[in-house]
Amino acid sequence: MKKRTNIIEIIDLSVMLGDYKALSGITVSIPSGAWVMVTGPNGGGKTTLLKCILGLITPSTGTMLIDGLAPQKIKPDIIGYVPQFKTLDRHFPARVIELVSSGIIRHWPGKLRRNHHRQAMDALEKVGAGKLASQSVGTLSGGELQRVYLARAMVRKPQLILLDEAATGMDVTGEVDMYEILENWRDRTNSTIVMVSHDWQGEHYHASHALLVNRGLISFGHPHEALSEKNLGRAFGHATHKHDHIHASTHRHEHSDTMTESR
Amino acid sequence: MLHYPFVHRALIAGILIALLSGYYGVFVVQRGLSFMGNGLAHATFGGVALGLFLDIEPLWVAVPFTMLVAMGIVRVQLHTRIAGDTVIGVFFATSMALGIIFLSMKTGVTIDAFSYLFGSLMAVGWPDLCAMFVMLFLTACMLPMWGRWAYATFDRELAQADRLNIRIHDHLLAACLAATIVISVRLVGILLIAAFLVIPPATARLVAHSFFGMTVLSILFGLASVVVGMLASLAWDLPTGASVVMVQASMFFAFVTKQGAGGEFR
Repeated sequence: MKKRTNIIEIIDLSVMLGDYKALSGITVSIPSGAWVMVTGPNGGGKTTLLKCILGLITPSTGTMLIDGLAPQKIKPDIIGYVPQFKTLDRHFPARVIELVSSGIIRHWPGKLRRNHHRQAMDALEKVGAGKLASQSVGTLSGGELQRVYLARAMVRKPQLILLDEAATGMDVTGEVDMYEILENWRDRTNSTIVMVSHDWQGEHYHASHALLVNRGLISFGHPHEALSEKNLGRAFGHATHKHDHIHASTHRHEHSDTMTESR
Repeated sequence: MLHYPFVHRALIAGILIALLSGYYGVFVVQRGLSFMGNGLAHATFGGVALGLFLDIEPLWVAVPFTMLVAMGIVRVQLHTRIAGDTVIGVFFATSMALGIIFLSMKTGVTIDAFSYLFGSLMAVGWPDLCAMFVMLFLTACMLPMWGRWAYATFDRELAQADRLNIRIHDHLLAACLAATIVISVRLVGILLIAAFLVIPPATARLVAHSFFGMTVLSILFGLASVVVGMLASLAWDLPTGASVVMVQASMFFAFVTKQGAGGEFR
């Protein structure tokens, strides 16, 4: 199948949630193989945009196309979704291998078929979580759970991986590991990554594009330009100290690199 | 007494109720809908009273009535921001009030209606058994839904992202639950049917590591409690439904104690 230049086309998209205008006038083309971080203030519409891409929210006006089709019409296998892990019901009796397998069969597995088990194990091994396979999902730490969700997203070999604040609540090492896994995956498969994040400083080093939103599009492009001090000021409504943030972030990454090496 | 036909019918009915309530109960427990079981059981009272008021076999009125109430609960939950237990409480009270009004308008049926509050496994007839076999058949036909219902129980958003129409599945599950409750209420009683839907699945949750395992164990615990409870009821001349619930509760607390002592709570 011929790959499109732009995997996501958003044209003049607006979303009303009841009486609340969550997003308006967004026009963006996301190229295939890009790593896009979607960032902006709380309530700025980041997750709403992600849910539009997933087909969970229907835009009020405008067009959203994934690989040339409306989100509701694409094969779900095209997208691998990593939700916020804080939404997980830890009381649900589930093993890690079952959660990953649900990404293949798109319903909850009863007795696992051998080929699904093998595929799920392969995906877990790729994210370094093979040893967690038979563990209860409810007992996993935030970092472990995020690896498992990544495996679940990758097991269907998607063209597009969507992550909703996947790094929230993770320690620095877990966050760095996750970015590394995603970067390797993107290098190997040329798939597109769209990641909603509050932590634009941390992800900034991996993303090829940044999409800054605050109920509408503030900027889109290379992170250095899209997250200029002026644009951040427009998005967050006050002066930001970008250089301080990046400086702090660099320190953090140096620190985590040291931690990664020492492990 | 084991050779009497009514005991055989009671045992078959108990086994069928254990199968159905054990199966649907895992969704009730994992979705935090324990109050839904209670609410629908009480809604049945309104349907039974309406049937008695109209001089129609109460079961034929109570089944659609309770299914409508279940659909109403799901619909209001999906379309408003009111908490689920509040919505159930509103429908539960309204159905009971309707039942009381219907009974007040018809003389001589109050005792019939109130017999549904406590039920009687030993009074089970062939029509009751037929209704249960039909429900069991429908449930068997819908076994492929288990994986979809389980997926939506685990994470509604993930299920929706995978194009599962959770609204339709919520309505379908609520309708099955309502039908199971209505056909069981005559035998177990409005006051105790919720126990059949909650205690065996809750006990299974204490032991199971997977949702599939929880479903199987819930059915097995339900079956075991019905057999032991009915034998105890025959041996010591105790009310059957209450005896079964006491066995279910004993199993639950035995596992709680065992796991609490071993520090194995999951």
